[in-house]
Formats: sequence, C-alpha cells, structure tokens
Amino acid sequence: MIQYIPFIAVVCMIFIGLYAAMFRRNLIKIVIGITIIESGVNLFLITLGYREGGVAPIYTSLPSGTVYPEQMVLPVPQALTLTSIVIGVAVLALMLSLVMHIYKKYETLDVQEMRRLKE
Amino acid sequence: MTYLEALIQHSVALIIAVPLLSAFLMPLVSRVHPILRNIFALLMLTVTGCFIGLLTTDVLANGPRIYIFGAKELTLPLVRILFEVDGINVFMAIITIILAIIAVIYSWSFLDKQDGLDKYYTLLLLVVTSALGMEMTGDVFNFFVFLEISCIASCALIAFWIAEGEALEAAFKYIVISSVGALFVLFAVGIFYAQYNALNIATIAQAIQFSFLDKIALILLVVVLGMKAGLAPMHMWLPDAYGRAPPSVTLVIMSATLASFYGVLRILFTLYGNILPTSIRFDLPLNVVLGWILIVLAVVSILIGVIMALIQSDLMRLIGYAAVAEVGYMFLAIGTTIAALGAPYATVALHGGILHVLNDALDIGLLFLVAGAIYYVTKKRSLDDIGGLARTMKFTTVFFIIGLLAVAGMPPLNGFTSKFLIYESVYQLNPILSIIALLCSILMLAIFIKVLYATFFGPELPELKDVKEAPKSMLLAMGIVAGLAIFIGLFPNLFLDSLVKPAADALLNHTQYITTIVGGI
Repeated sequence: MIQYIPFIAVVCMIFIGLYAAMFRRNLIKIVIGITIIESGVNLFLITLGYREGGVAPIYTSLPSGTVYPEQMVLPVPQALTLTSIVIGVAVLALMLSLVMHIYKKYETLDVQEMRRLKE
Repeated sequence: MTYLEALIQHSVALIIAVPLLSAFLMPLVSRVHPILRNIFALLMLTVTGCFIGLLTTDVLANGPRIYIFGAKELTLPLVRILFEVDGINVFMAIITIILAIIAVIYSWSFLDKQDGLDKYYTLLLLVVTSALGMEMTGDVFNFFVFLEISCIASCALIAFWIAEGEALEAAFKYIVISSVGALFVLFAVGIFYAQYNALNIATIAQAIQFSFLDKIALILLVVVLGMKAGLAPMHMWLPDAYGRAPPSVTLVIMSATLASFYGVLRILFTLYGNILPTSIRFDLPLNVVLGWILIVLAVVSILIGVIMALIQSDLMRLIGYAAVAEVGYMFLAIGTTIAALGAPYATVALHGGILHVLNDALDIGLLFLVAGAIYYVTKKRSLDDIGGLARTMKFTTVFFIIGLLAVAGMPPLNGFTSKFLIYESVYQLNPILSIIALLCSILMLAIFIKVLYATFFGPELPELKDVKEAPKSMLLAMGIVAGLAIFIGLFPNLFLDSLVKPAADALLNHTQYITTIVGGI
C-alpha cells in the first residue's frame, strides 16, 4: 500500500490543479493551478525513477560491493524532470508577465470582467 | 564519402540547427542594420529549405533515414535522442518551411514601423524550429520539449500587438491551454517509460500491449494534440489566437498547429499501429471506435466552424473559424481512414487528408494575408467599417477571390483536389457525412462571397478614399501563395504521386518505421 501513496498524491495534485485552472476566476489562481499540475507530473516522473536496491549512477562514490552496472539506476526520469522543471519556469515567467500586462490594461484580474473575445 | 553525401547525412540535424542558431544570432544581426536582419532571416530559412529539399530527394529515393545524436557505440539503445525521417515527415517539413518563408517575406513591409522586431524574428525562427523538431523527432520526450518551445514562442508572438487588450487575452488563453496540454503529454510520456523503459517511438510501438495505462495515454495524447490542432470542442483558442496575432505570425502558428496534427497521425498510425485491429469490447475493433469518434468530432468542427464564421463581423476572426472547419475536413479524412482500415477507399481518404494539410495551409494562409493587407491599409478590422476597396486594391482583390474559391473547394484550385478525394472516400463509408461536408463547403463559399461584397465591392466609403494598394513585399508573398494554389490545382497528380503517396505509405506501413530503428541499431 505504502508504495502507491506517491501515485495517489500525483492524481490528487493533477485534479486540484485542473480544478483551479478551469473554475477559478482569478488569473493568478489559474497560474497557480497550472504550477500544481506541473508539480504533480514531475512527482510522477520522479516516482517512476525509484528502483529498490539501486544506487545513484555516480562512479566516484559507489558503495563497496556494488555490482556494476546492474545495480546502478538509469537516470532518465531524473533528466526528464530537470528538463521539465526548466521549461516550467519559462512558462511560469511568461504567464506572470502576461498577467501583469493584463492587469495594467484592465485593472482587474477577474476573468469574467475582461472577456472582450466572445462568440 | 563525398561532400554531398555528408551534407545529406547531416541535413537532419542541420534542419533544426540552422533556424535555432540563427534565432539566437538575430538580436546581434539586427544591431547592424534592420534590412540586414530581414535578409538574414530570409537567407537562413532558404538554407533550411535547401536542406529539406536535399533530405526529401534522399528519403523518397532510399527510404527512412535515422540520425543519432550522441555516442554511437553505447550498448543501451533506449536513451539516445534520435531523429527518424520518412515520407510524412519531409512532407510536413516542406509545408512548415514554405509557410515560414512566406511569413518572413510578408512581414518585411507589414511590420515595417513596429518596435521589437529583433525579438519578433527570434521568436518566429524559434516557432519554425519547434515545428520542424516536432515533425522530425523519433522520440516522445523530444516531442514534448519541442511542443513546449512552440507553446512559449507562439504565445509571445500572439501577444505581439501588446497595446491591445484582446491580444493579451488571446495569448493568455493560448498559453493556459497549451501548457496544460503539454503537461498531459509529459504524463503520457511517463506512462510509456514506466511500462516499456523506452522513450523511442519505434521501440514503444513494437512493445505496445494496450494495457489500461496505454488506453489512458492514448486518450491523453489524442485529446491534447487534437486540441492543439484545433479540433472541436476544444477549438476556442484558435479563432482568438489567429484573429488577434499579426497575420504573418498566424502563418507560423498555423505551421505549429499542423505539426500537432502530424503528431496525431504519428501516434495513431505508428505508435498504436500494431494494436489498431485488436477488438476492445462487444467485438468492436479499436480502429472502428477510434475512427468514428474522430469522424463525429470532425463533423462537429466543420459545423461549428462554418456556423460561427457566418455570424462574425471581424474579418480575421471569421477566417479563424473557417480554419477550424478546414481542420475538421482533415480529421474527417483520417477518421475515415482509421475506421475503414484496409479498405481501398481508406487509402484514398488518407491521400485526400494529407494533401488537404498542404491546401489548408495555403488557402487559409492566403486569406489571412489578404486580411492583413486590408488591416495594413485601412487600420480597421470590422467588416462594417470597410467597403469598396476593389477600386484601389486591384491585386489584393484578385488574391482574395483566388483564396475564397480555393477554400471553398472550387475547381481548378487546389482545395478542389483534396476535398474531392475526401468526399469520394467518405461517401463510401457513409453518404450522409459526405453530404454534410459538401454542404458546409458550399456554405463557406457563400460566407466568403458575402465578405467579398462587403469589403471589396459596394459603394466607396468617404474615409477610405485615399487608401493605396498594399506594399510590394506583401503582394509578393500573396502572389507566391496564390501561384502555388493555382499550380497545385492544375497539376494535382504531380504532388499526389511525388509527395502525398510516399507520405501515406509511410503512415500505413508502420512496420517499416519500427524495423528501421529496432533492427538497425
């Protein structure tokens, strides 16, 4: 049971984030929702990377008696997560700068009050 | 190895590298002189186009080509980034580069007096890079990275006219939708990695089992990429983004959209190609269920696109809804192909669908360019404020007439060929679908005739008395697109035999794609 807890947390985070992105009216809260989804997906990737009995693939600090290379963990999910975090920062910065410009323009952050693009 | 062979071998990497590096050189070059900047962008895209041409001749003659980044001698085959290029990849790359070159020619005078053009060209080249990357990569995670690059760069370009609140709104809508979508693509990538320990499309496609997790991944990928391609009911961002971005930007965003459409094709035909005929429940094979879902969504897109275009008064937004309808035609074709996998008319539908990707890019692109020319000379968007422009803008009027006939599928223009193939094959699946598609096409013609009368004919408006014809570079860009539209309309077999059929074969014969990688390494 204990090994499923991270996956349950992933699903919860993704749904909380989706709820915020879809139903909240404040732009900042939408941005926060997207960030929560991103953290959920990153947690998912990191959880996949865990292997029982594996060691980190650092040649210089291998514990003695390690069977090389079978016991070493392939660090692909960690690499994916790092890439995803970097992309996430770029998206977050861009979204916040857009929110800033929207606030300057409309002087509100409420989605309902600024909808000029209709139909 | 001769010089040319080495060039062809490395062209796969150079097609990505040239626009990417020139994007980041752009701020430096534009410090020297604005005209040098424009020439540099055009030159680098032409060089990329030459590499794509070289690669196309090679791929069509010798079959799929693999390019491996990083160590070749590594014994673990699953973690290397590699590009695999076959018929459909080069076809999509050709469309992307044509749209990009036209956009750069057009923006030469269209954005003449704007600020921040160095950043504009940087972002434009980044969108082109990301679209080319999505179209050529053979790795699902790499696909996600390029999807995110296209999302960030396109969003910044949509907000180019930052003084308008609507542009900001459209950009925010776009980035929310596409970043959430891209995160779900990453989730699907994680699901694949968890099950098959691989990120390579061919390796996953060979091992795929259609477990419960694979079903989730399939739904996520098709929904997200369908949304990025503009399929109803997730099309809302498309008319906003297309209608509010500068028309030259719309062209490159359209190439990113079509790259997402390519993603749908690759996922359905190659990634899940091995298990398409397996039956899921009640003896229904997966391909029939999936095909009919796509067909229903496609018909909804066509109807929504046409009906919403009918009531628009903003010209660019109206064309945006027409673009939704055109995306519907493409999905109608591939839905038919999947639902009737194996039947002779399925191949015809796929030919029509693939050719329609090129035709949609040209037709909708031409209409956007004309709308941009009208906006450039009058500074007005609404159809109610413009009229009688044919007196002063003769060439633009001719280009608009070509565009409207092409988008409505009238012979002898390019839209006719692909739409005819689609009607013909869809009719054999179900006649009603074909009738709906045909009627909507006629309705589209009626809508654009209305626009033609509202903007170009009718009484001359006093405040538009001293408008001039659009500048030369814009006319040149429109002329190239119109010429291509007429050329494809007159000689469709040339394109069908040399480009579309290899592309369709590459999709239908997915074992070749898999064995090239799995056997070749």
